Amino acid sequence: MSKKNPEYDFKWCPGCGDFGVRRAIEFAMIGRLEETGLPMENNVVVAGIGCSGNLVHLLEGDQPYGIHGIHGRSLPIALGVKMAQPNLNVMVVAGDGDFLSIGGEHIAPQAARNLNICAVIMDNGVYGLTKGQSSPTTLQGAITSSTPFGKLETKTNPLELYLTLGVSFIASGFSGQPRPLSQLIRQGMEHSGFSIVHVQSPCTTYNDTFIELKGDLANGIQPALWDIPEDHDPSDRAAAHELLQQGGVPVGVLYNDTSRISLDEAVVGTWEKAKPKSVEQLLGAFEF
Amino acid sequence: MQMRDFVVRFAGEGGQGVVTSAEGLAQSSTQVGYHALTFATFPSQILGGPTWTQARISVDPVLAPGDDVNVLVAFNRDAYDEHEGDVREDGVVIFDSNEFELEGDSRSFGLPFEELAKSTGNNRAANMVIMGALAHLINMPQENLISFVEQRFTRGRNEDAQIIKSNIEALNLGRSHIAESGFSLGELAPPEMPEYKQVMIKGNEAVSLGAMAAGLDFYAGYPISPATPILLYMERNLVGENRLAYQVSSEIEAITAIIGAGYAGKRAMTATSGPGVSLMSEGLGLAWIAEIPLVVVNVQRGGPATGLPTKTEQSDLFSCMYPAHGDVKMPIIAAGTVEECFYGAAKAVEWAERYQGPVILMSEMALAERVQNIRKPDLSAVKDAKRVVYSGNNGYLRYAGSELSPMPIPGNPGAYVANGSEHDDMGDTTHLGERHVQMTERRFGKIKLLEENEYESDQTENSIAVLPWGGSKGPAQEAYAQLKESGLPVSWYYTMFLNPLPPKMLEELKKKDLVIVPELNYQGQFSSILRSMGVKAESITQYTGLPFKARTLVEKITEMTNASLKEMVRV
Repeated sequence: MSKKNPEYDFKWCPGCGDFGVRRAIEFAMIGRLEETGLPMENNVVVAGIGCSGNLVHLLEGDQPYGIHGIHGRSLPIALGVKMAQPNLNVMVVAGDGDFLSIGGEHIAPQAARNLNICAVIMDNGVYGLTKGQSSPTTLQGAITSSTPFGKLETKTNPLELYLTLGVSFIASGFSGQPRPLSQLIRQGMEHSGFSIVHVQSPCTTYNDTFIELKGDLANGIQPALWDIPEDHDPSDRAAAHELLQQGGVPVGVLYNDTSRISLDEAVVGTWEKAKPKSVEQLLGAFEF
Repeated sequence: MQMRDFVVRFAGEGGQGVVTSAEGLAQSSTQVGYHALTFATFPSQILGGPTWTQARISVDPVLAPGDDVNVLVAFNRDAYDEHEGDVREDGVVIFDSNEFELEGDSRSFGLPFEELAKSTGNNRAANMVIMGALAHLINMPQENLISFVEQRFTRGRNEDAQIIKSNIEALNLGRSHIAESGFSLGELAPPEMPEYKQVMIKGNEAVSLGAMAAGLDFYAGYPISPATPILLYMERNLVGENRLAYQVSSEIEAITAIIGAGYAGKRAMTATSGPGVSLMSEGLGLAWIAEIPLVVVNVQRGGPATGLPTKTEQSDLFSCMYPAHGDVKMPIIAAGTVEECFYGAAKAVEWAERYQGPVILMSEMALAERVQNIRKPDLSAVKDAKRVVYSGNNGYLRYAGSELSPMPIPGNPGAYVANGSEHDDMGDTTHLGERHVQMTERRFGKIKLLEENEYESDQTENSIAVLPWGGSKGPAQEAYAQLKESGLPVSWYYTMFLNPLPPKMLEELKKKDLVIVPELNYQGQFSSILRSMGVKAESITQYTGLPFKARTLVEKITEMTNASLKEMVRV
């Protein structure tokens, strides 16, 4: 939506982390346009369902293509778009509930395929649009509208999960830093394979973690965010696992495996083995 | 009198060559000019389990597996016990005397299949022993079989000549051994070789080729019986630049991947069976509301949940026509013959592009696995599937108005959001009542674009009609031909277009006093839908996992017709 649409009445709450993520995605797409000369309509943004998915309607300026589909299925929709037109830049935007809970089954296969798309995940640790239920990244014991006696399950560590499943590019960012975040997203877009940029994007209404994330030293609160040191070798899987043992929320590129080919490249590799025949020829094989 | 057709049933254990024997017999018969089709039913396991396949060989084209068995070939004792009762009184049982012995069945004859095969030096020639025996029973000229063997085994290998020799020897052994029995079924009338070109093909292969003929270029699928052969065929043949067939992780991935591909400009399809359709339900709703062309093939099996994975049924009409929540009604083409599997699939791809939305092609186990000789499909009769593509500038209102509008393709100007929420002209989410009214009417209105005029009809002056759908067309057609000859006043209607129905046919059906719908389900699904449209329809139902017998339909149609005529007289 490039200008105000009187019919579309969805609003993020004031201070929502998703504003920053939107800005970062806009920066990243404009950066791509400036560097490659490829027009905005060369981008397709596949959105999940939830507050975060509305990002696809709230982008400002030149509009990319978008699909705002069904809950949890942004990844396989993106699979279809990318494999139909491998030259497009295909992105997924989704939240922690959409991506890790209902959509969790789709992460492993895309990782195995090394599907060449970039997923930007807005993690606020809560289901916002349905008003405050617990999500996979809600802390164990947390009281939410759906966990009146405290959340029973442990909190999923998404970065550990991605690393274990074999996602070939993994970055972690913060919505409060749109410029650096846009750099991570740019890297994710350029990565030839499956990239996930997992973003802390706090919900100011149901799970406001801004202070925990940024810290408040005057009140003795250490920031949960910490920069991944420059000497970290992102191609080193063991080092990435090691980093995650430090707790808190690392910011930067955690893992980057450039040695694998992407699914669309693998398909091109089959062309020499496959011998395309015309329908006439195929039908001829059944003739007698 | 010469026979016009006969049915051979091969029964045994999976892996004993039951299917290959039946298909070999069908193939050899068509090569000499007969018509043939097979009917198969499998156990749902990799190896073993009771299995049977029958082949119907006929002078005239037929579309049903055949009511009675002329010859039972029993590979083991269980198979004999299970199927012996289906053999006609004047029929014959050939059994494998290496496996078991039989006493007291005067119409049975034991042949040591394996032993005879081995004596030719070719352990794999047991099928040929059986074929030779069958040829004797129906007095088929030996040269027909020899030419089949020569064609089949000439593959450019050094050992070709030896293999051909041993197979012919096996044929002769089968023939000479059964001659000792003194059994004969009479003589099958000589074949009348059709003048047109023919192909010998299964329903699933015909679906694959039909879709490709219409220009299919993207396929995503997940293995499921009995639709898997379509996935396998596509993976081998929908290949090369700008085409892709790909196995994904679930039916949910299959439907959503083809949504993505259809959105990105591809003619996209998946094939599945009932359980897969259930999983695709939400995705079908998305394709409907966001107006994305795609085809879902449902090769029906039996029952809910896992049900009867390897049996045939027509019980998914409700779930295909109304698969999703909210107001949706899917366009449906239901193939009734192997030929219609080809043309129906081509039409489904063309429909999807024409109205920009999801289309369901229904097939069924009995068609999918049926191998049949059909007239070679005419590729020039297949329309290339084309959608109206937007070619203007950015700032396009993709969903404006109440009619079909050109569809932008990503990569080109005209960016919009394909939205699964109710949306406005540009694809943004809206909750306005009047928008929902406009968009709902827009979506249902587009179905009108798919109305076709083709349908079959005969003796339309009669006020009682027979209207089968899908694979029940075969037995119903056979039953109708008999009823027509006997003078029962019924008319015949048939179409593969179930939604929308050909408007003129629907008009005619509405005027009938009774429309009899033979269908393989408990609820009478099609007649129920027809009644909601104002047609006085009643079903003949069957839910045994097997197709109708023509005889059953003759009885039931006669019964229902007479009851209805009596009723009319009383009124």
